[in-house]
Amino acid sequence: METLVEIRGLTKTYVRGREKIEVLHGIDLDIPRGDFVALMGPSGSGKTTLLNLIGGLDTPTAGSIRVDGRRIDQLSSGELSRWRAAHVGFVFQSYNLLPVLSAQRNVELPLLLTDLSAAQRRRHARIALTLVGLEDRATHKPGELSGGQEQRVAIARALVSDPTLLVCDEPTGDLDRGTADEILTLLRTLNREHGKTVVMVTHDPKAAEYARRQLHLDKGTLVDDRAPA
Amino acid sequence: MKYLPLLWAGLFRKKTRTILTLLSIFVAFLLFGLLQAVAVAFESGADSADAKRLLTTARYSIIEPLPISYLRQIERVPGVQGVAYADWFGAKYQNESNAFPVFAVDPKRYLDMYPEFLIAPEQREAFIKTRTAAVAGKRLIERFGWKVGQRLPIGSEIHPKADGSMSWEFDLVGALDADDPAVRGNTDVVLINVAFFDEARQSGKGRTGWYIVRIEDSARARAISAAIDAQFTNSPNETKTQPEKEFAIGFAKQIGDIGALVSRILAAVFFTILILTGNTMAQSIRERIPELAILKTIGFSDGRVTVLVLAEAVLLLLLGSGFGMLVATGLLPTLNQATGGRFPPLFVHPSTWLFALGVAVTLALVIGLPPALRARRLKIVDALAGH
Repeated sequence: METLVEIRGLTKTYVRGREKIEVLHGIDLDIPRGDFVALMGPSGSGKTTLLNLIGGLDTPTAGSIRVDGRRIDQLSSGELSRWRAAHVGFVFQSYNLLPVLSAQRNVELPLLLTDLSAAQRRRHARIALTLVGLEDRATHKPGELSGGQEQRVAIARALVSDPTLLVCDEPTGDLDRGTADEILTLLRTLNREHGKTVVMVTHDPKAAEYARRQLHLDKGTLVDDRAPA
Repeated sequence: MKYLPLLWAGLFRKKTRTILTLLSIFVAFLLFGLLQAVAVAFESGADSADAKRLLTTARYSIIEPLPISYLRQIERVPGVQGVAYADWFGAKYQNESNAFPVFAVDPKRYLDMYPEFLIAPEQREAFIKTRTAAVAGKRLIERFGWKVGQRLPIGSEIHPKADGSMSWEFDLVGALDADDPAVRGNTDVVLINVAFFDEARQSGKGRTGWYIVRIEDSARARAISAAIDAQFTNSPNETKTQPEKEFAIGFAKQIGDIGALVSRILAAVFFTILILTGNTMAQSIRERIPELAILKTIGFSDGRVTVLVLAEAVLLLLLGSGFGMLVATGLLPTLNQATGGRFPPLFVHPSTWLFALGVAVTLALVIGLPPALRARRLKIVDALAGH
């Protein structure tokens, strides 16, 4: 399969006061297009840092990240913003919806950065909400939705601009088992039926089973790379 | 425009806080509109002054009369196009509180000198031809319920008639008005025909209060003023000639520097608004750090987030200031009615609206800049991690 994400010698060091903390130590990784990868590992292993670097939310200290043929580690802040808007959808553990906006308006947010008309934005948002099964909750604000519904809205927001890559950080961390399974099923559907490449950080071995591939990180190093049993 | 729902939602995230902040801005700009109207009214004399008009008064005091014979001498000064004159009557109508200016004038010369005063042609003719005629400002006529055609009894505190009586009567033959609201305040006056007045008064015959001089070229105002005054140097009645605007400003400042007073009050009000609104805005943005981080995550650039925060501050100030100015504009006609014409007409001049817009946008930028810069510097990873 064609490689979508190509990571070589990736190192990330944080400076906290006078102390330098190297979180990732020269990681090499290829993620094929259409893959569903679960990044696992204990707290502090560097999995969220790796996810942030893949999603262009942070820049590496050394090494390279190529996504769909483009070196994103060399982009300026502005270029990186535009790249994220066009190519990446983000899903977080705490949903991170804007509480003052309806589900529809939350989903429309990424489209404000496009040239689409108001009517086109509304239509795209409706389609995304339908895809996650929430078309009847479009006018509800996040406070009026359950946790699972909020996460579905967040997934719709991540999908609405038709990104190449879905980056999910503990997407089921705040949900009960049943709701978590629904969200994971949705992510698997998006991967299998809509061809979205998904990279998901999780602590939960059951969640990781939905992925095609599990990567284990420990102390900033990839220690295991295998398909779920 | 597509960001308006986002801005609106952000602004009214905490409704009570935003409404209270809007109220404080509303009150500040209501005050601004009302006080600026007062300042404009007091400065309207200077604002409506014609650059081609000079005023010649006695050199040492405006209350000293000048000989009427100066008229011909002033007319002969090169650059002078026309001359009118007026004398202070010192009027009292019915009681002490009903004071208004009454000037004894040569009707034709005076009305020609002030073409901005509007009067019906037949009333103008009646004023010129009737020796006992008077014309009055429309607002005064409405205030006292006068009717054109009636006899107008006015007392003078300065000029007794030949029989010693201070009571005078004139025939009200016309009404004065003006299109420009700034000029309308200058029509709150009664003009009487000097022919009858000068003949009937006991003393001061052949003298007048001041001359109004129309010149060809406003650029030569200083030179012509000096030439007029030079005619009367070392005479018993030396003169002081100056452009009408300077005279009006000097006259207004005898009452008090209203403009400076208004500026100081408003500076204090706006400084308070700056502190209060700045604090509220900073608090509001601080609470929304995770939301701003999400906007950046989904692709909003640093610059776009900065502009959004600034735009929110501008929206807040425009809403508050717009309501304040609208209410001030709506209140002034009622205030004008309540004062019964005792005060110059108060109105919100278009320049006041522009000034308010400038103040509102400047305040918004000063208030919005610190949180906007904070939003710009925000690192997504730190903000999402709650650092």
